[in-house]
Amino acid sequence: MIEQVVFYLFASMLLLSASMVVVMKNPIHAALFLVLSFFSSAAIWLLLQAEFLAIALVLVYVGAVMVLFLFVVMMLDINLVTIREGFARYLPVGIIVALLMVTAMGLVVGSNYFMSENYMAVKEVSADHSNTRELGLTLYTEYLYQFEIAGAILLVAIIAAISLSMSKAKLTKSKNPGDQVFVKKKDRLRVIKMQAEKKE
Amino acid sequence: MITLPEVLILAALLFCISVAGIFLNRKNVIILLMCIELMLLSVNMNFIAFSHFLGDIHGQVFVFFILTVAAAESAIGLAILVVMFRNKETINVDALDSMKG
Repeated sequence: MIEQVVFYLFASMLLLSASMVVVMKNPIHAALFLVLSFFSSAAIWLLLQAEFLAIALVLVYVGAVMVLFLFVVMMLDINLVTIREGFARYLPVGIIVALLMVTAMGLVVGSNYFMSENYMAVKEVSADHSNTRELGLTLYTEYLYQFEIAGAILLVAIIAAISLSMSKAKLTKSKNPGDQVFVKKKDRLRVIKMQAEKKE
Repeated sequence: MITLPEVLILAALLFCISVAGIFLNRKNVIILLMCIELMLLSVNMNFIAFSHFLGDIHGQVFVFFILTVAAAESAIGLAILVVMFRNKETINVDALDSMKG
């Protein structure tokens, strides 16, 4: 019973903050509401006994990705008037599409299939059961190859983000060895003829 | 006791809110990126719900990979956004028409 009350509390908080993300004028407020929605979904994941992922969501998303979002929003000087035009024009279309999707998904989810006995028998876990240990055992044995690919993807993302956002100004005074090898005497040395001057 | 349809309906509503957000904020690239993050969050919630109610850890492994790819995606997306703002002085999607497509 208490579990359900907590679930509905965080679910309503999640839906409310997600809709605030969508309708907020200021991108900074939208980013802060996105933080709130990540927190409330982390709480729901805790209720669903996915402890490691709930903490990873808070650490990775709230700690890193959302700070990146806020940093970019504050770094850019955005004209709020022009990016808001068209909001009222697209409001009916957006609401119609959202309602259509809600009905379609409601028909699927609300069917008797997901109410069946298969999904009701939740495995009881003991108090000293470690979700992190279980996840790690699966991740480093069955999914080792995929795990290494994920690491490579993160490396590619780091390099791509740095090389995209680095300005093209020359930062270091480096030499080009090829140019140095092919340099000729006349490129560097200039012999000039001048009259000898008398000593005073 | 939480049941599976409750979590699935929550994830479906979250997904629909973010789809509506993409329709409403089609000028603002930052809000579009945030809506994509919300969509991925709702998909992750489905994975975790099924993982819990089927007693199967593989769903959570999938969520782990989705989190990785989503973090990489938003980092690259924001880098592209910074470059776009440096070149065009705006983050309006309509300004991205130099290829005349």
